[in-house]
Amino acid sequence: MASQPAAATRPGDSTNHGLRVVVAWLVLSAIATPLVAIYVGPLIPPGNGSVQAQGQTFSNQVMTSLVTPVLCLMVVFFGYGLIKFHLRRNEAVLDGPPLRNDSLIQVLWIVITSAMVLFLAGFGTYELLKDGAGGGQGPNPIALPAGHKTAFQVQVIGQQWQFTYRYPSFGGMESNQLVLPEHTLVAFHVTSLDVVHSFWAYELGVKADANPGVDNVAYVTTKGPMVFHVRCAELCGLWHGYMFNNGVVVNHGAFTHWATRALALYHSIKGYVNRPADKGGAPFAYSYLPEPTRRAG
Amino acid sequence: MSAVAAPPQRPLWRRLIGFNFITALILGVAGWYVGWFGAHKIVGPSLDYFGDIDYNELSVYLAYIGGVVGFLVGLGFLNYPVKRLLGYPPSLREKEEGGWTRYFSLCTDHKVVGIQYLWGVGLFFFIGGLNAMLIRTELLTPHSQAFPAGTYLTIVGMHGTMMMGVMTSGILGPFANYFVPIMIGARRMAFPRIEALTFWLLMAAGAILTTTVFFGGFPTGWTGYAPLSTQANPGIDNYILFFALVGLSMTLLGLNMIVTVLTMRAPGLTWTRLPIFVWGVLSTAVLMVLAAPVLISTLAMAALDRTAQTTFFNPSGGGSNYLYQNLFWVFGHPEVYILALPGFAIVLELLPVFSRKPLWGYRLAVGGLLGVSLLSWFVWQHHLFVSGINGDLRPFYMLSTELISIPTGLTFLCGMMTIWRGNIRFTVPMLFCLAWFFNFLIGGLSGVFLSDVPSDVTTHGSFFSMAHFHYTIMGGLIFTFFAAIYYWVPKMTGWELNELLGKIHFWAMFVFFNSTFAPLFAVGFLGQARRAVTYPSNLQFLNDWVSVSAFLLGASMLVFLFNLVWSLAFARKPAEANPWGSRSIEFQLPSPVPVHNFDRIPVFSSDPYGYGEGTQPVAVPAGAPAGRE
Repeated sequence: MASQPAAATRPGDSTNHGLRVVVAWLVLSAIATPLVAIYVGPLIPPGNGSVQAQGQTFSNQVMTSLVTPVLCLMVVFFGYGLIKFHLRRNEAVLDGPPLRNDSLIQVLWIVITSAMVLFLAGFGTYELLKDGAGGGQGPNPIALPAGHKTAFQVQVIGQQWQFTYRYPSFGGMESNQLVLPEHTLVAFHVTSLDVVHSFWAYELGVKADANPGVDNVAYVTTKGPMVFHVRCAELCGLWHGYMFNNGVVVNHGAFTHWATRALALYHSIKGYVNRPADKGGAPFAYSYLPEPTRRAG
Repeated sequence: MSAVAAPPQRPLWRRLIGFNFITALILGVAGWYVGWFGAHKIVGPSLDYFGDIDYNELSVYLAYIGGVVGFLVGLGFLNYPVKRLLGYPPSLREKEEGGWTRYFSLCTDHKVVGIQYLWGVGLFFFIGGLNAMLIRTELLTPHSQAFPAGTYLTIVGMHGTMMMGVMTSGILGPFANYFVPIMIGARRMAFPRIEALTFWLLMAAGAILTTTVFFGGFPTGWTGYAPLSTQANPGIDNYILFFALVGLSMTLLGLNMIVTVLTMRAPGLTWTRLPIFVWGVLSTAVLMVLAAPVLISTLAMAALDRTAQTTFFNPSGGGSNYLYQNLFWVFGHPEVYILALPGFAIVLELLPVFSRKPLWGYRLAVGGLLGVSLLSWFVWQHHLFVSGINGDLRPFYMLSTELISIPTGLTFLCGMMTIWRGNIRFTVPMLFCLAWFFNFLIGGLSGVFLSDVPSDVTTHGSFFSMAHFHYTIMGGLIFTFFAAIYYWVPKMTGWELNELLGKIHFWAMFVFFNSTFAPLFAVGFLGQARRAVTYPSNLQFLNDWVSVSAFLLGASMLVFLFNLVWSLAFARKPAEANPWGSRSIEFQLPSPVPVHNFDRIPVFSSDPYGYGEGTQPVAVPAGAPAGRE
């Protein structure tokens, strides 16, 4: 808000209102932004559960700090403007000054908003391309974290209404428990057997839609042992609200122990699993074609 | 409601026989059964249509199509073509005069259609709002249920679909139909019959969506994602028909607006003198005409998948559910700006009146509206950031989504600079406009999180995004919808609305709106998924807070309803011609506006924002009518 041309609206009004607002805004922002960053920042989800979750938390913190000055501007502007420029009770309704334009303000506004937008887009792109940010990237991911070629692969299969997990490095073993080794780069291959689901491992900062016939890849680098929540984030029908579960990150010894036993169990029951929607008996593939959906009429 | 010197009226019983709402209902029901049993003839005899197996989809489609056709025939939409075919001279005027019954029939007076829209949209807004109350009832507890899971999904879907479908016409329907012809100095819209058709299509659509409960409801929410929609109950057919009819209504409404504004402006009304509201309507109408046909064809494909066993959206037959998502959001993102842009336009139109200052930066404001309208076509895949579609295009969609905040920011700048140093009056419409700034600011700033891919991975599909679009759509559209009601309804009906009740309504709505939706940002951040009937137990306190606030928000609507009924039916204080001291042309006319608006077409020499410039508002010339249109 640069200064205005001096067109007095009320008798004796020659104060530079624009300057006052700008100064108040700068002061308030200078106070509020660090306070928000320091005191609100640490509370911002999804937290520290994985490298990608940490990246998302950082992005969220940057956004929160960045919107604070904008909020301050509006608070100062409307607080000042509405108190200063409203008609008092029983005051005659006179016309205000006929200000129609000010090219300086226009240019400043466009330049500042454009700069903010370009910064945000650049920052977001950098944060995304660094390690994929935990989001589903489709079958041909472009945001590849270092060491992605040797990433530990886990397939997430969504179906109405549960997630099951297959481990190609353990003979395509399928389990309804999600167990991950600690400090490992994991590549989730998310797919679906029926409708669209969304695999959301909240504390890991992973969200990837499960589409039938599609291999949707999301990378995450786990940290130390923890329990995390998994739930479906895309409306998938009747029991969507109940499609949630826990997963765990464990140390390497415990993981190998679990996987070996799960593999043995899997081999012992594989022959009995013959539900059409269950791919337990099928050879491992990166996606499965769903049963055709039958309708009458 | 109108003081028109009508020709001598026929007795009431005689007026009830003919092409009107009663006939339309009778023929609608008849058409429904013709379609239903006709479909059974086509598909085959062995159909157990009231049982629970093997529901005949085709019968649902044909029944409702037959019903809509019967309804429109009963209203008299075929009279004109039939008369022309038989060689009788067509007439508009017979439909434009008469008493209250014209509100229940095909009426080609744009002012009658505006009032029809106001009540019709209000009715479905009320039904959608009741569904929201039921949603919040269910979410009072994390795990125990007030409704069965399927019923809950139907309630969620009804709320979303009703609001996103019917409220697209929330401002263009009542206020653009009523005021755009007046503002541009015309006596009618370009296509009066199509104008009436858009309204009655919308009403038929609303009835179709409401009757989804008789077919088991639908589980898909307002997005109707395939292949969930392919395997769903027959209730989804109601959803498909509803949205297709709404799409048709939107296309025709938009087309009508564009042609009217392009061809029917009065002399002197150049593009830079056009009221900003008309610019907003124009930019919205362009979006409607281009976006809604995409929706109709998408839903046609979904309907074929369900009836004719095509596999547009089924990967087993070579289709793709990405196709549905892509097409839906190609419509869906312009759609949310179809909801938001009329709100921008109302705010920019009203601020000069209540600040007594010209609209600041007129060209910039127009550029902002058109810029939003244009950019809204290039952002749709931000709804699909984690879906795995086009992973390499995500930086582009991140940029384009953030770019759209520049033209939106121009609207803010022009609005803010308009009230700056003005003489602000805190009237009820002005309060709603000022609330728009706050709400849309919160909505826009939370949109920054959702447009950023890393942040979107946290917030996508959670209550955060739900809170975001309620701030932009409810805070942006519904608040300005009420601003427009308090501003223009006295002009439309000729009766004043009670100001004290209006202020109580505003403060209750503003406080409880924020108290409802602000905590949902936190709830979403903490991991509560949208449309899920359960949520983590540790979020119960916040959810209960939200539910109680939502009930109070619902109660604030009852204050409004009471105000409306009280002011229009009981208090009946005649409204002045120009209660707000506006320079816009509709306020230079008597309240309510007479049939045919002007005796002679006015000539414009300035825009309507010349406050403080010492000029006179546009004069409405009196004199002999210039003949019928």
